[in-house]
Amino acid sequence: MPFIFDHLLTLILFSPVLAAVVILFLPREGTRLIRWVAFVLSFIPLILTIVLWFNFDPSQPGFQFEEQYVWYSAINSSFHVGVDGISLTMVLLTTLLTPLAILTSFTIEDRVKSYMVLFFLLQLGMMGVFLSLDLLIFFVFWEFGLVPMYFLINQWGSEKGEREIFGGKKVRARTYASFKFMIYTMAGSLGLLLAIQMIGVVSGTFDLPQLLSIWPDLQGSLFGLPASTVKSIAFWAFAIAFLIKIPVWPFHTWLPDAHTEAPTAGSMILAGVLLKLGAFGFLRLIIPLYPSEAAYYAGALAFLAMLSIIFGALASYGQTDFKRLVAYSSVNHMGFVVLGIAAAAFAAGTQNAVIALNGAVLQMFNHGLSAAGMFFLVGVIYERTHTRNLNEYGGLFPLIPVYGGILIFTSMASLGLPGLNGFISEFLVVRGSWPIFAIFTALSMIGLFFTGAYILKGIKQVLHGPLNENWIGHVSEINARELFVIVPLMVLMLWIGVWPAWILSVINNAVMMLF
Amino acid sequence: MQFPVLSVIIFTPMIAGILLLLIPAERKNEIRVTALAAGTFALLLSLWVYFSYDIAAGGYQFIENYSWLPSLGISYQVGVDGMNAPLVLLTGVVMFTGVLISWGIDDRPREFFAFLFILATGVFGVFVALDLFMLFFFYEIAVFPMYLLISIWGWKVTREYAAMKLTLYLFIGSVIALVGALAMYFTSGLGTFDMIALEGANFSVDFQRFWFPFVFFGFAVLGGIFPFHNWSPDGHVAAPTAVSMFHAGVLMKLGAFAALRVGIMLLPEGAKFHMPWIILLTLVNVVYGAFIAMVQSDFKYVIGFSSVSHMGLVAMGFATLNKTGMIGAGVQMFSHGVMTALFFAVVGMVYDQAHTREIPRLGGFRKVMPLVALAFIIGGLVSMGMPGFSGFIAEFPIFMGVWGSFPWIAIAAAISIVITASYIIRIIGRVFFGQMPDEFSDHVHDVRSLDKLALVFLSAILIVVGVFPSIMVPLVESGVDNVMRLLGGM
Repeated sequence: MPFIFDHLLTLILFSPVLAAVVILFLPREGTRLIRWVAFVLSFIPLILTIVLWFNFDPSQPGFQFEEQYVWYSAINSSFHVGVDGISLTMVLLTTLLTPLAILTSFTIEDRVKSYMVLFFLLQLGMMGVFLSLDLLIFFVFWEFGLVPMYFLINQWGSEKGEREIFGGKKVRARTYASFKFMIYTMAGSLGLLLAIQMIGVVSGTFDLPQLLSIWPDLQGSLFGLPASTVKSIAFWAFAIAFLIKIPVWPFHTWLPDAHTEAPTAGSMILAGVLLKLGAFGFLRLIIPLYPSEAAYYAGALAFLAMLSIIFGALASYGQTDFKRLVAYSSVNHMGFVVLGIAAAAFAAGTQNAVIALNGAVLQMFNHGLSAAGMFFLVGVIYERTHTRNLNEYGGLFPLIPVYGGILIFTSMASLGLPGLNGFISEFLVVRGSWPIFAIFTALSMIGLFFTGAYILKGIKQVLHGPLNENWIGHVSEINARELFVIVPLMVLMLWIGVWPAWILSVINNAVMMLF
Repeated sequence: MQFPVLSVIIFTPMIAGILLLLIPAERKNEIRVTALAAGTFALLLSLWVYFSYDIAAGGYQFIENYSWLPSLGISYQVGVDGMNAPLVLLTGVVMFTGVLISWGIDDRPREFFAFLFILATGVFGVFVALDLFMLFFFYEIAVFPMYLLISIWGWKVTREYAAMKLTLYLFIGSVIALVGALAMYFTSGLGTFDMIALEGANFSVDFQRFWFPFVFFGFAVLGGIFPFHNWSPDGHVAAPTAVSMFHAGVLMKLGAFAALRVGIMLLPEGAKFHMPWIILLTLVNVVYGAFIAMVQSDFKYVIGFSSVSHMGLVAMGFATLNKTGMIGAGVQMFSHGVMTALFFAVVGMVYDQAHTREIPRLGGFRKVMPLVALAFIIGGLVSMGMPGFSGFIAEFPIFMGVWGSFPWIAIAAAISIVITASYIIRIIGRVFFGQMPDEFSDHVHDVRSLDKLALVFLSAILIVVGVFPSIMVPLVESGVDNVMRLLGGM
């Protein structure tokens, strides 16, 4: 037992690799076996995370369960991991969604083995970002996560659809979407990579706790420029990489394509966890490393966040493709996260900042639950109808009442109905940012209004109205496996909505320590 | 007396080559098995050297010194330090895998393996030589068989042209370097070609500044430095698969290594004086090479130009003249060698079956050769510097080194990462995924198990170095410490 507690984070982090290796040695033809083994093995990180959750002491300052090993000594980078309340919440979200996503993937028939291996590697990449306390290790996992996601979209994405590319040639939509996702994110990370190298050269270390005592206080001149100018440029290099990942308007255009073309489980993870990586980058790196730059440019971030909230909602309302509608809703909801972060960066240390940041972190968790749930429900209906066009559904409620109820419940959580989780976090963000960025917060309420509109539009087009006769006999009720995926999410949505204290107490202490 | 392991490594391929020539030409299987035995033996010995090098002690180890022509101060002196130990291992790896994937050569395999092994002797010799004369001696041994290998077994369309171009380029380069070396020999007044002695020769600053470009560029031609790179893609494309692997995987490192060993280490003042403009040339290598690779439609030319781009990073790391950049360059030489050997092996496997390398005409090869596709993807990820693979371990410190010396160059060079990603992704999508054209689907089949073994071996090295950099970096670091000492602890 002491071994487990001493190496808990490494065990959580690398148990997906273990799972991937086990699956690698299973026979290719044993599709059912591979699925079940993957599903069972995906519980190992979840169980370990629950153990971690109960042994984590929220009242203690700083990082816990730290581990540090030699990695790349020549450039003073070590394999350093640790958790605080923010990363603990995110790791819980990741380990929780992965088994559900794998269960969702039971309908995948093509090359199940490679698919599952890639899925576990994706999980490794995401958790590595959340757990790392070394700038270089952070980047390693940040980039590494792209590779499995690229192949999941490129190979197991939707079969239909074509896109015209430069030169008038037509390619499959999933090829286009995955290429765009990869190149967009890689190009965005280029600035991050250069800035990390620069910080490494200037500070002589990549260790985050050490950097926090060197980098923010750096004065004088660097590379012939004033240190403050260099830091501002580096701040934007970091910020753009993270804004693309979140994504914030106008860097969001890769998202609707990637989400729409990804397989259902891929979309669940993409929206549920991958988008959080960007916001997490702000919390873990930008606010601690660039406190003064973050405060200085917070207005610009809040402005972009406001536009994301409004445009995300409007764009979502304008869609006729159900999956695209849900995809744009992510832009809308993640806008609140950025608004909260910007407000907190501007008024660091105040009561309002703490409230806004609590809201932002909780919103990250909540959006993870509701976006994963929504993409899953889109997948369920798509598997039955083979269309995502909202105009072709119509009146399905009588045919599939249980599914209808679940869809309405999840939509309401996404919309922010009081009593469900979305309300708590969006309220906290708005309450926290109002005294800091009153105008931006007020304007984003326009977005909130359209959030209601697009959610109701989705529900109406799918469930209500005259019954489309074609679907009788084709559309069957949600089955037991699918219920097993969505019920845990619904329970959590309700639980956080009714009694948020259990998770907020963990988040709150970590947030207090950020300043 | 200590077991002369380095000499055994150097002459194993040579002796094996001679033995091969004694076997009757029609007994092709015996020839192949002998070749494989020699390759395995050289690989095991180079592994042994690599892992038994004592990093804590540092310096040159496994030294052997026999006087050869004492009146001229020439001796047969060999030894390894942290800089060349990985390169010896690299040569062993490429030799072993090169034999594996050449199993199918049916046209005079005896002569093919014999020439390939003579080439390998030359390469091993250059890497471990501690005597300037011996270095040139082995250098020519390495270049000459290349001409025959390309012009006899190469791609019929361009082999004569490419072999001639390559040989002329490299000979002219080595002659220029030789002039510089002779200048050092006569000016030093030590009357010796011993490089350890020459390191302490205290050449005057003017002498070093004048002769450095001769020596550096003379060798860097073989390292593919811009604007002397254009023999290299032609040569790569025309060469048969195993030769391309050797050529891009090992031979180009020969140029880079010799430019470091003779140019930078013996003429450090010259290096300090000239590097600020040489780094601009390497920037052209890195970015322009990647651009040209992106627009090629011939699969093998893409890889050929990607080598130009990646070797530019090696030269760039050297040009930083600081410790971090040099460490990166040292690791990049190894990483790129393994990666590009993997690439050319894959290209060869696809070409052998499709008989075309036009990317738009290929497609769907994943379905028939899944392992080849996986190997190419791993190589591709290394090539785009993806973390978790050896390319990142090498490129990251190079960029850090450039930040330390010339910050703007680092920013400009970073563009190549995205360009590389885009052409690699394009090839993966076009060649391995998608629909296989009907013209191939009836005769294309999976590769031999020996080919698979070679691919798995190369991929595994790339991943192991990427995940556990400490398996290689401390070794290279100890070698770089010596270079930094000569450069005056910059």
